[in-house]
Amino acid sequence: MTLALIVLLPLLSFFLPLLTDTKGRSLCALATMVAPVLGLILLWSHAATVFSGGVVVQSWPWIERLGLTISFRLDGLSFLFALLILGIGILVIIYARYYLSKNDPMGRFFFFLLLFMAAMLGVVLSENLLLMMFFWELTSLSSFLLIGYWSHSSDARKGARMALAVTGGGGLALLAGVLLLGQVVGSYELSVVLASGDLIREHALYPLILVLVLLGVFTKSAQFPFHFWLPHAMAAPTPVSAYLHSATMVKAGVFLLARLYPALSDTDLWFFLVSITGMATLLLGACTALFQHDLKGLLAYSTISHLGLITLLFGLDTQLAAVAAVFHIINHATFKASLFMAAGIIDHETGTRDMRRINGLWKYMPHTATLAMVAASAMAGVPLLNGFLSKEMFFTETLQQHQFGNFSWMVPLVAVIAGVFSVAYSLRFIHDVFFNGKPVNLPKFPPHEPSRYMKIPVEILVALCLLVGLVPGFTVAGLLAVAAAATLGGDLPTYSLAIWHGFNLPLAMSVVALLVGVLIYFGRHRLLGWHVHLPRLDAKNLFERVIQRLVNQAAMLTLRIENSSLQRYLLWMLLTALLMSGFWLMQLPSLVGPMPMTPVDGATLVGAVLLMLTAAATAYWHRRRLVSLVMLSVVGLFVALAFARFSAPDLALTQLSVESVTIILMMLALFFLPRTSPAESSGLRRGRDLLIAGLAGVLVTGLCLAVLTRPYDSIAGYFLANSLSGGGGTNVVNVILVDFRGFDTLGEVTVLAIAGAAIYALIHGLRLRKPSVDEQGWTWARDAHPFMLVNLSRLILPLALMVSVYIFLRGHNLPGGGFIAGLITAVALILQYIASGHAWSQARWGVDFHHLAGAGVIIAGLTGVGSWLFGYPFLTSAFDHFAIPLVGEIELATALLFDLGVYLTVVGATLLILSNLGKLSIHAAREPE
Amino acid sequence: MELLYALTLGVLTMSGVYLLLRARTFPVVVGLTLISYAVNLFLFAMGRLHTGKPAVLGQVAEHADPLPQALVLTAIVIGFAMTAFALVLALRAQGELENDHVDGRGKR
Repeated sequence: MTLALIVLLPLLSFFLPLLTDTKGRSLCALATMVAPVLGLILLWSHAATVFSGGVVVQSWPWIERLGLTISFRLDGLSFLFALLILGIGILVIIYARYYLSKNDPMGRFFFFLLLFMAAMLGVVLSENLLLMMFFWELTSLSSFLLIGYWSHSSDARKGARMALAVTGGGGLALLAGVLLLGQVVGSYELSVVLASGDLIREHALYPLILVLVLLGVFTKSAQFPFHFWLPHAMAAPTPVSAYLHSATMVKAGVFLLARLYPALSDTDLWFFLVSITGMATLLLGACTALFQHDLKGLLAYSTISHLGLITLLFGLDTQLAAVAAVFHIINHATFKASLFMAAGIIDHETGTRDMRRINGLWKYMPHTATLAMVAASAMAGVPLLNGFLSKEMFFTETLQQHQFGNFSWMVPLVAVIAGVFSVAYSLRFIHDVFFNGKPVNLPKFPPHEPSRYMKIPVEILVALCLLVGLVPGFTVAGLLAVAAAATLGGDLPTYSLAIWHGFNLPLAMSVVALLVGVLIYFGRHRLLGWHVHLPRLDAKNLFERVIQRLVNQAAMLTLRIENSSLQRYLLWMLLTALLMSGFWLMQLPSLVGPMPMTPVDGATLVGAVLLMLTAAATAYWHRRRLVSLVMLSVVGLFVALAFARFSAPDLALTQLSVESVTIILMMLALFFLPRTSPAESSGLRRGRDLLIAGLAGVLVTGLCLAVLTRPYDSIAGYFLANSLSGGGGTNVVNVILVDFRGFDTLGEVTVLAIAGAAIYALIHGLRLRKPSVDEQGWTWARDAHPFMLVNLSRLILPLALMVSVYIFLRGHNLPGGGFIAGLITAVALILQYIASGHAWSQARWGVDFHHLAGAGVIIAGLTGVGSWLFGYPFLTSAFDHFAIPLVGEIELATALLFDLGVYLTVVGATLLILSNLGKLSIHAAREPE
Repeated sequence: MELLYALTLGVLTMSGVYLLLRARTFPVVVGLTLISYAVNLFLFAMGRLHTGKPAVLGQVAEHADPLPQALVLTAIVIGFAMTAFALVLALRAQGELENDHVDGRGKR
């Protein structure tokens, strides 16, 4: 549980910074720190196990069929990373408290930061690779939010988008790689994957898996040629750069290299791909960094170069190289985070990050300058600092490897060149900023030391650089040992962390790098002059252009398919449906199945022919809409007859009542619409439509015939057998509706009520022009409420209501029930609206139909909930027989109550729809022509 | 009987689909209604065609399959709600755009 808590705590505490946002900045920062501090404590509780070489795995099943479990793993490597994430996270929170200005919404910043922290912890602590992928994508998303935090700035938005596109795209490749890996191994659990190295390496899919995984790694860790997003992500607030772009997120890529090292490494392909990419990145980053005038730009390219160094180390074919890589991950995180923070302080105090303007700050902020100088020296690899130790190890390993055969000398050469430039840009950071004359035209002048507490995180990190550099044995050795052992997945090779190894080649390389680096820095003006004339490739513009072109093409394609014509969409949909079902129908050996057909009787034949004729007539006269509507009503009646003919009395009753309501509704609508459709379609178009319609007809006929002539199994037996004993009713259809499948019905009446409400919303505020004459050009009758109709309808109302009550009550045992009774009531009431007008009826009715429909759904729902009170599942029904004087013995079931809900919803929704449409005509009538 | 039933459904579908492809809202709604008749009849037929065997216990010895009937019963009511919604949408379009072309860009 503790491991899951470490990951979840930042997520669970997301509301703390949001709540305390207005209560004060320090409180907000403190509230944010709760989660990482607790996380550190929880992490520390496992320290003993981890340092004795143990692995803690905690897991819960989730979607087992996909191989997805919620499982977390804590070993040396994940311990190291969790420590970095939580520890530097706390320092960044302190720093951000002073960095963010009063105008920046601090709560939101810390909320994003916590989200990112949780995602990052999830990546390093996941035991299940699919779970890790989930968090991996979450880091991309949350870093998008953090980079784009100053969303008013176009650079921030573009930088965020670029980072998301590159790392998100890499994430997709990684997902594919992980899925393949899981297929090959048969499990997504890391313990299994790490133990199956040989199986994976010998598998035919290994090269594909490796390339896909490396794509994810290289995009995330800004490796060449995907490095370009990182400098543009510098538009983020500096705490974000310190946290994401030096210590954590960009390390997720190299973390994965370390994590999967036992499973994927140890092949030529791995060594070549990883080491060559690493070398290219190392060299490119180091050389470009020197030419940056932006303080954070320099640090960004330096980060790229150091990430390249770590990647290169993982790609060298010596075991110690991996140890050196892990060591450099620790060291880089400490010195680079502190450098970013120092850069942020300088930006904060001077108002600019341009090194051509920031000079001679030593005079104004000596404290910050000292800290930054120590950290920059660590970056340059000056002895007695942590950077020196891992760089020495790096130089040693470049000499040990032999993977490039006769060209193996290339690797140490590249290493020294990168070292030279690393010294040069570190020196530029120190000399250009703190010395080198006077400040030039600073937006804020004179700069001064920042708030005391803003320096604390920097001091802690710089102290770590010193301590690790001076006494590695007492500080980092234990952590490094367990982390490296976990990376290698086996025994640790012997190595020494001593500062002094005697006069040897690596030391000579360091000395050369230092000396030449200093020379290059002081000759930088000529280099910079040369650099200005180089053709410039602006990654952002290029990227934006590519994206823009992609978007344009996508939009064009979309427009071609999606031309906002309903006719076109329907055509596509129908053709697809035809093809899909037609294809399978063709696969049948014979269309007609083995079952014999039943004979046709005369009455049915006449009915069927009439149905077909009226259906065809509906389509044929579609331009004369009223005629078409009349034909449609005949079709509806024949459908009701068909239900009656084939043993479905309930359906016949329902169809009959729905038919009346539908036709009334359509006539109401037709009042406002043109009476005729203009002849628009060309003959060709009509022919095409007729062809499609014909094909659809043939398809349905074939499908129907194929089904009807084949035997089938039904679960009907269960319902028939249990209807009386279990549901207390003999009308099985009704018992299914209100009892067996009551939950479905509850959903359906809810949909009905929602449809009523939606229609009400659509009609609300609608203004329609009322036509002054009818189809033939005659004016409307003056008498809106004919005497005969009014009187007859009032006579019918009580009778109709009585019938509906009867139908409702008998529904459980005989054809009827809530749906049908509701429709009959609705029709009876609508008749009043038609005969006597909206105002007259509404005044006498006095119930709001919204409430009626809502009450129906609530009653039906409460009936279901009621069964909980008696300890039964939702919607369990009960029934008993009661003897009532005069009436005799009757059976009452809770299902009746449920059916009452159905009844009320049907009445409410139907009248909601119709009375509102009817009301529309009153508004229209009042409106002047 | 089965062939007749299937043919009827075919004609219903054909008329419905043809109307569905028209350019004005009202015929489209009418077509939708025709298709929903066909669909309801089709679903109902999944329980096969029975004569004189309503699924009411105690009246006849054999019973038609009650399950498709129950499904179709709610489908009829929901179908009404859908037709009503489509109609009101058409009215709204008429009110806002002053024409009843399905794409809202026909002649007024």
